[in-house]
Amino acid sequence: MKSRKPSIPYLIWMVIFTLIPLVTIVIYAFTDKQGNFSFEPFKNAFFYSNVFFRSLWIAFLSCLICILLAYPMAYIMSRCKERTQNLFVMLITIPMWMNFLLRIYAWVILLQNNGPIDMALSLLGINANLMGNAGTVVLGMVYEFLPFMILPIYTVMSKIDNNLIEAAQDLGSNSVQIFKKVIFPLSVPGIISGITMVFVPAASTFLVAQYLGGTEDIMIGDIIDKIFWTDQNTGSAISLILMVAILILLIIMNIFGDEEAIS
Amino acid sequence: MEQKSANAIVSLRNIYVKFDSEVILNHIDLDIKDKEFVTILGPSGCGKTTTLRIIGGFLNPDDGDVYFEGKRINKLPPHKRNVNTVFQKYSLFPHLNVFDNVAFGLKLKKTPKDEIKKKVRQMLAIVDLKGYEKRSVAKLSGGQQQRVAIARALVCDPKIVLLDEPLGALDLKLRKNMQQELKEIQQKTKTTFIYVTHDQEEALTMSDTVVVMNNGNIEQIGTPTDIYNEPVNAFVADFIGEANIINGTMIDDCRVKILGQELECVDKGFGKNTPVDIVIRPEDIEVVKPEDGQLKGTVTDTVFKGVHYEMTVMCNNCQLLIHSTVSQEIGTEIGMRIIPFNIQIMNKMFPTANNEFTATVVSADKEYNCIKIDIEGNIIEIENQYFDEGTKLFIVLPPDGLHIAGDGNGDLDDVYIESVIWKGEYNEIILESDERKWLMKSDQDEQVATYCPISFDFSKAVFTIADKEESD
Repeated sequence: MKSRKPSIPYLIWMVIFTLIPLVTIVIYAFTDKQGNFSFEPFKNAFFYSNVFFRSLWIAFLSCLICILLAYPMAYIMSRCKERTQNLFVMLITIPMWMNFLLRIYAWVILLQNNGPIDMALSLLGINANLMGNAGTVVLGMVYEFLPFMILPIYTVMSKIDNNLIEAAQDLGSNSVQIFKKVIFPLSVPGIISGITMVFVPAASTFLVAQYLGGTEDIMIGDIIDKIFWTDQNTGSAISLILMVAILILLIIMNIFGDEEAIS
Repeated sequence: MEQKSANAIVSLRNIYVKFDSEVILNHIDLDIKDKEFVTILGPSGCGKTTTLRIIGGFLNPDDGDVYFEGKRINKLPPHKRNVNTVFQKYSLFPHLNVFDNVAFGLKLKKTPKDEIKKKVRQMLAIVDLKGYEKRSVAKLSGGQQQRVAIARALVCDPKIVLLDEPLGALDLKLRKNMQQELKEIQQKTKTTFIYVTHDQEEALTMSDTVVVMNNGNIEQIGTPTDIYNEPVNAFVADFIGEANIINGTMIDDCRVKILGQELECVDKGFGKNTPVDIVIRPEDIEVVKPEDGQLKGTVTDTVFKGVHYEMTVMCNNCQLLIHSTVSQEIGTEIGMRIIPFNIQIMNKMFPTANNEFTATVVSADKEYNCIKIDIEGNIIEIENQYFDEGTKLFIVLPPDGLHIAGDGNGDLDDVYIESVIWKGEYNEIILESDERKWLMKSDQDEQVATYCPISFDFSKAVFTIADKEESD
């Protein structure tokens, strides 16, 4: 049998940084301010159910747009020469070298009233209020998370053996059929890990909506951020609900994805 | 348009392929007969896989025509050709199970579902995989994957099946079984098989016709027996089976001089006193008493090989390999007899005995008695020779006048090693530079199909002033 000793440091790490905080959250969520067992935090959490569902919806929208943009991009990248591929990967990751907040500020400056885009549009006679709506929040999220969708899809696609494509051609597939029968089914695992990497953080993100959205567009992440200062129990309860909801969605998606890959 | 031979299913005409600056196929012609098992045999890098890819439609030749049943199909994409391929690494679809892999081609042809089921079942039975329909291909052994790949190609009922070293990844025993099975499947399905391999034994056991390729050229086409018994040149003889390849001189029709002795043979038409290459298979040398032998030699080594002993005999400074059921002790003097039919005469692969070429003097120094000449753009200094600048020289350089520059600083860089043939005393190496071929003698064994720098030893060369009209 293989020795389990090498995994010990990771186990310690997981216990300290994953298990203990998780247990703490669960305890907080089921207690009131005095530390007694109570469903009070969940009752309070229901107050935010609108925000909660809208957050999931916005995360879903952002995720969908990311897929639609990332898939063709990843496909084109994987068909390029290796040097061009490396260049693409670098260009995609460069924005990530900059601080997250800075990138959001950059969008604020671009989109604000009397900002460059607003000015250009008003010259054309269009008067649009670019800031402070749900669309801008989705735009910010897509911008923020797009690389996390492109990279896993690209990785899976670039690993598809060219021989498989030749085999499909050999057996009578034209380019559309090659895509439908070979490339797409083989790239599904990439899409699934892309969704995991985009939907989860998008659903729980904060600050994006605060800076780009209006007062209506606040996300559940912002609520948790705010509420934790005053009421850790309710904050924990909302976090827990969010976690379970995401977990269920991911499980459903994985089942769906597996079937997709087999059929 | 050139005429295709009558019963050829595929004809290649004047096919030329170049990758970067390297010539992969050098104007080859090939006819493949319907329902035959044809093997394209050659060392790696000889162009055999490229030939297969051209027939499959995965590669468009830079020049030349591909005909399928008399129709030119150069522009026809792979999915429209009635040809299916068994790929080297099987290339099964990992997301599909055995059934769906095999059914892939039929589904694309919009075959009715129950017919697909029936055909796939039948085909899986032929390749001995009954009941494997629902298995994942990733969980099959190499041999099973191989058979799925064969079933997937055959189920589409192609006119031709292309097989690219399909048994390369299997172990010896499985390979032997699969060889037999493939041959049986080919006969059962009455399909043309074009099989690519570098394994000469595989080629000899399975094929109706063997095509021997080397360095982008077809060296010989024939039945396995022809190729083995009557190789056209030293390369084929060396590549197929074990062989003694030695220098000889054709004295006259049916008279050949080898190893200092004049012997009778059956070949004619080589002219008088022509230098030739001789092949004698190790099993064709009969060991007799020294006084009864046509040739005499001393045993220097003997190894037991199971069925026979393999003896090395020194005869006239030349090593001969003999396979015999009777062993002789090392140091024994023996006699050897070879019946005329077993002496195979071949033209030399290199047209002349020496390297003969012209070069121009680019600078001359009378004081130091030396000149510089231009060979393929390389300026090479020659000492103890003087000719005026601009003179065209005709140079005769014997095969021992050039050698591989081990230190990497050669007169010519990146010379391609085309063939290395052991002549019993030394290796005869044919090299190819940008513009010409070179003949070299060497005691060293060199790796074929690699590049090396060579340097010249012009002290052995003979210089004459080339005739103005003749040279250009």
